[in-house]
Amino acid sequence: MVIFVVLPLILIVMYAFQDGTGHFTLSNITRFFTDSDSLSTFALSIEVAIENTLICILLGYPAAWILANRELNRSAVTVMLFIMPMWINALMRTLATAELFNVLGFTLGKGTLLFGMVYDYLPFMIYPIYNTLLKMDKSYAEAAEDLGAPPMKVFWKVTVPLSMPGVMSGVLMVFMPTVSTFAISEFLTNNKIKLFGTIIQENINSSMWNYGAALAFIMLIIIGITSLMGGSDNSEAEGGLV
Amino acid sequence: MAKDYIIDIQHLSKSFGGVKVLDDINFYVRRGEFVTLLGPSGCGKTTLLRQIAGFIAPDEGKILLDGKDISGIPPYQRPLNTVFQRYALFPHLDVYDNIAFGLKLQKLPAKEIEARVKKMLKMVSMTDYEDRSVESLSGGQQQRVAIARALVNYPKVLLLDEPLAALDLKMRKDMQLELKEIHRKMGITFIYVTHDQEEALTLSDTIVVLNEGRIQQIGTPTDIYNEPVNCFVADFIGESNILKGRMIRDRRVAFIKQEFDCVDEGFGENVPVDVVVRPEDIYFTTDPAKCQFKAKVNSCTFKGVHYEMWVDTESGYELMIQDYDPYPVGTEVMLYIDPDDIQVMHKERTRNVFDAKVTDSGHVEMLGQSWDCEVPDGFAAGDEAVAEVRFEDVELLDHQEDGKIAGEVHFLLYKGDHYHLTILTEDGDHIWVDTNDIWDKGDLVGVDIPAKGIKLIRRND
Repeated sequence: MVIFVVLPLILIVMYAFQDGTGHFTLSNITRFFTDSDSLSTFALSIEVAIENTLICILLGYPAAWILANRELNRSAVTVMLFIMPMWINALMRTLATAELFNVLGFTLGKGTLLFGMVYDYLPFMIYPIYNTLLKMDKSYAEAAEDLGAPPMKVFWKVTVPLSMPGVMSGVLMVFMPTVSTFAISEFLTNNKIKLFGTIIQENINSSMWNYGAALAFIMLIIIGITSLMGGSDNSEAEGGLV
Repeated sequence: MAKDYIIDIQHLSKSFGGVKVLDDINFYVRRGEFVTLLGPSGCGKTTLLRQIAGFIAPDEGKILLDGKDISGIPPYQRPLNTVFQRYALFPHLDVYDNIAFGLKLQKLPAKEIEARVKKMLKMVSMTDYEDRSVESLSGGQQQRVAIARALVNYPKVLLLDEPLAALDLKMRKDMQLELKEIHRKMGITFIYVTHDQEEALTLSDTIVVLNEGRIQQIGTPTDIYNEPVNCFVADFIGESNILKGRMIRDRRVAFIKQEFDCVDEGFGENVPVDVVVRPEDIYFTTDPAKCQFKAKVNSCTFKGVHYEMWVDTESGYELMIQDYDPYPVGTEVMLYIDPDDIQVMHKERTRNVFDAKVTDSGHVEMLGQSWDCEVPDGFAAGDEAVAEVRFEDVELLDHQEDGKIAGEVHFLLYKGDHYHLTILTEDGDHIWVDTNDIWDKGDLVGVDIPAKGIKLIRRND
């Protein structure tokens, strides 16, 4: 725990507030807020992450609902089919997707980027929602129906609100990693579109450890704030992945 | 007359996976009545209620509401509401929104919704709780909200599925009284499901006793208590002494090896019957002229209001007696029973009857097994026959694998000097057994029938 979590965090913070010679400085942080390139990349990352998350919800919720419905899905095998891609290394899947687009002659750009992201992150949305729906006491839906709600109303007034914890943990698991992703944008747009993760990686690759660490630190802070906002009222979110 | 029935259930049957859960159910509910479906767990009562609510479709039969068949109508279109066993209050809504849920779906004006919700909150004594989250309420309070949520829609019939089962005893008693009061005030018909016979006796206008998917008896609480139609009802409702008897002639019955006057007629002469005597109906006397039989007290336990005593009669039977005055263990007592208090019931069966097939001169096949048997002359291999086995000829063994058939003790009755057991075999057959050994419900047993015990009779068809 200490070696793998605390130590790297301390290192990130240390590097973020040092200049190349090891002296304390805030310039790395201020550079980000004054550099319009970094800021616009950051804004784009957030935008892509939001789009990706929304698409994942739109596709993932119905999928999870069908999987959790015993009348529509009687076997756990179908669930496995949806979850299985998670077992394959994301990099491998991304490379394969890129290759597929090349063969099919698609131009790599924002469309392919979003496709790749949705493809990579959809299982992380489906699974927590599926879990919440599966564990949901069926008597709530029955009670709503008993009180006069036709199936659509039952869905919107009871099933959806009660599955929000699952949706929230799905959002956390999709939104956060998308902000910092770089491999997908690299392979699926040929680096035409740069995301926040990309510039962190570029900085570190070109040995600009301090600025890279500062960017990572800013991202951590933002992720921390969002997960606090999202996670505060679902600390017991039932949809945990593991 | 039929118009007076708000619910009329005709020939309703339901099977799950080949097992008949409900078998030809017929009963009706009068407008404004409080009807209880009473039975042990697994008797089909909840399935029946869920069919009325519309969550389960019947295989056969009809459910009439105000004379119209509602079998094909989905739950949300039925003018009925349910109080669920575990309340099923919506955790994402507060008390007010839970109760208003049905009214909002009907798109009533906000003012009317508010007025009706407030009225309901008052009815269930939950005013001031409207903004509370339902998870912050106690079990009893949740129960009240669940009742209000259902009643606020003014359903034609309120269905209640063991609504008090999760409450502690004291709370349950209070809620029983309140439910009765709500029923009286609202004038809505209640159909109530419970396994608690005392609750059923307290609340109901009419009780429908169910067991193994069949209606055993329908009647008022006093009818059911005083005149049970069979051993199951007698045993399930209240305490009772159930004894083997013989109807000598009208108004004369023999049990515990002596004759008594009774009030039952029409059984015929010299017919085997079962006799029920409630423990509070056996009286102590000091007057030798009144004494019908003598016994010795073998245990005496204080039960709060009364004492429960077990006595051994001179004829070798054990009876339970309840009385306000205790008699110490070992006391010789003189006892009598009023003719009015002897309830005579038709015997449901006098022996086991199985379908059998002769395989050779020494074997028959029945209950899916081959048995040694003294096949009488006149039977040839391949003949279909009926095998009769007396209750006392069936042997029960401690281990399932020691018997020819494996089974489970499904139901048991103490009959004063022996136990009468219903064994449910793995194939779903019933075997009835009389034994002096003590078994418990749910015990796994092996069943064997010695060759001598199987009596073959030609089938008359």
